[in-house]
Amino acid sequence: MSKHTLKAATITMAHGAGGKAMRDLIDDVFVGTFDNEHLNGLEDQARFDLAALQQQGTKLAFTTDSYVVDPIEFPGGNIGTLAVNGTVNDLAVSGAMPKYLSCGMILEEGMPVEQLRRIVTSMKQAADEAGVMIVTGDTKVVPKGKGDKCFINTTGIGVIPDGVNISAKRCQTGDKIIVNGFIGDHGAAILNARGDLALDVELKTDCQPLHGLVQAMLAVCPDIHAVRDASRGGVATVLCEFAESSQVSIRLDDEAVPIREEVRGVCEILGLEALYFANEGKLVAAVPAESADSVLSAMRAHPAGKDAAIIGEVAEGKAGRVVVKTFFGGERIMDMLVGEQLPRIC
Amino acid sequence: MKYVDEFRDPALARKVLKKLHEVVADIPRAKERPLQIMEVCGGHTHSIFRYGLEGLLPKGIEMVHGPGCPVCVLPMGRVDDCITIAEQPDVIFTTFGDAMRVPGSKKSLQQASAEGCDVRMVYSPMDALAIARENPHKRVVFFGLGFETTMPSTALTVMQAKREGLNNFYLFCNHITIIPTMKAILDEPGMSIDGFLGPGHVSMVIGKQPYNFIASHYNRPLVVAGFEPLDILQSLLMVVEQLRDGRAEVENQYARIVPEQGNLHAMAAVNEVFEVREHFEWRGLGSIAESGVKIRQGFEQFDAERAFSVATLQVEDPKSCQCGEVLKGALKPWDCTAFGEDCTPETPVGALMVSTEGACSAYYSYGKIDVHQAG
Repeated sequence: MSKHTLKAATITMAHGAGGKAMRDLIDDVFVGTFDNEHLNGLEDQARFDLAALQQQGTKLAFTTDSYVVDPIEFPGGNIGTLAVNGTVNDLAVSGAMPKYLSCGMILEEGMPVEQLRRIVTSMKQAADEAGVMIVTGDTKVVPKGKGDKCFINTTGIGVIPDGVNISAKRCQTGDKIIVNGFIGDHGAAILNARGDLALDVELKTDCQPLHGLVQAMLAVCPDIHAVRDASRGGVATVLCEFAESSQVSIRLDDEAVPIREEVRGVCEILGLEALYFANEGKLVAAVPAESADSVLSAMRAHPAGKDAAIIGEVAEGKAGRVVVKTFFGGERIMDMLVGEQLPRIC
Repeated sequence: MKYVDEFRDPALARKVLKKLHEVVADIPRAKERPLQIMEVCGGHTHSIFRYGLEGLLPKGIEMVHGPGCPVCVLPMGRVDDCITIAEQPDVIFTTFGDAMRVPGSKKSLQQASAEGCDVRMVYSPMDALAIARENPHKRVVFFGLGFETTMPSTALTVMQAKREGLNNFYLFCNHITIIPTMKAILDEPGMSIDGFLGPGHVSMVIGKQPYNFIASHYNRPLVVAGFEPLDILQSLLMVVEQLRDGRAEVENQYARIVPEQGNLHAMAAVNEVFEVREHFEWRGLGSIAESGVKIRQGFEQFDAERAFSVATLQVEDPKSCQCGEVLKGALKPWDCTAFGEDCTPETPVGALMVSTEGACSAYYSYGKIDVHQAG
């Protein structure tokens, strides 16, 4: 419950200065919105009952991520939805049930308070959907020009159930590679939302929490070998990481990769590859061959995996290498990106 | 995707490939030494690797990856000039994305940007013009590069700037032209290329006629080719059919885009704004007569070379770099001593490692299979 109300229309340096303005901001915008028993105590730290956590699993998962996306609002979400789901997903792909998040915000002087409220409200909605609580936080304000409207860091804690052992090091020859739906939507949506392309196309971020899906996959196959969310660097980078960490060769079937027509179009025009586009609600899994069909069915029955597809396999070949079978039988190597993916000029 | 997927039909590709194998089997000299076919354009190089075409071709065909990547052939001295301009006060330097990473003798535009220069990536020269309008107190420079493909849009932008009376927009013109460069390659002693895939997008502007000398004087077939995998396979088939029949003609596979006469409106704009330079320096190939263009009188107020008194120092390529030999087909990328050692896409030494359209970068990123088999 907020005791103080923020009346200002824009963020000023005072909102980070430790005085009344900051108290109003925290009380009204953050505590008032996130509203849970851990946060409402207004201590310098959240406190948990260890015994209660221990009943849910045997390992604690702990992760952090910072969000600096530009623009901060885009079709299908904003930096707040991203900051919650991104960290939830980093926990989820270990098999963990996400529990608690922190929220560190760096605001640029001059940011409209209305926009901040929208972002914080989105964070609360995303947290509720994912079943996590935002239990501690911090706010800093930097002078105009020293930041870019709003940067967010979230750190997350989750609990891994007994017996789950998911690791990028565990891919084995024969494993099937599965992705949970259309790839590249987020990357293409952000590129388009920046507005300098002037493409007339409707693209939305795929931002969504993945722990429910991972739990559904584990329910039919507790021995899933590897799962990673395909955020920055896209599906291509995850596959390169799998191949390198497990010292195996992965064969990807170009034709089997689900890519929306609109995203393919953006890629064709700019000479980019959707396999490298960022996603915010897509995972790549390496699953034992004998369980692949049941995992795929379980994924397709879950809303976050209804377009799931098997896109390749761990095969005999040079360790650490990802080979793409092109749709008429040619082959090429897929490596990690060098620098940014820059559009070709002609 | 309409108008794209039709040209990626695997069943059709298999048919064309079968025919290609048959025709090459009918050419006795292909058994002694593979027929060397140069794809002139970097866009073709990219497609060949992107779709893994090289591994599907008959052994009697060897692709030579030509000089048609404007980013790759940009000399270091010119990149240094860009940085000199970008470092001037009140300059916004605008460029296509590809050029950001090209190494100059000291740094790239990307590094200059990190050090505080205002370098912005644009998707069209008209974007640069918009930036100039929005920033009347800044000097906005557009880094114009590319072959005849990108020349018309730059020309139209300069014409638009003149119409609007903009006095803070400049073009740093590095446009180059492909025909003199092909001639230079054909005049190389020991040149062993048997036929060419002609650049599709360049030809869309200049048409088919400018290549006639390649057939008539040098007796080599050239087929203007599209960029989809089926386009490339069909064009290769047309080249080897000519070789089998002992013909040397200029043919147009990409007729859906390339009119025989080219685009007369585009050519008129190019001629209005640009004139041929006496010489232009190419990375890996050296100075080639009449291979570049500069801004004509009448548009000189937009010429960044005048406004910023660019020195255009010649900077030699590193000694270990053998890009020139690779470009002429004399060396394969992996035969170069620097390949994969000092020279990688992260730290390119030579031109061909710079852009994804460069042959060395393509081999390094897409084709390690072949390299390892070869080495």
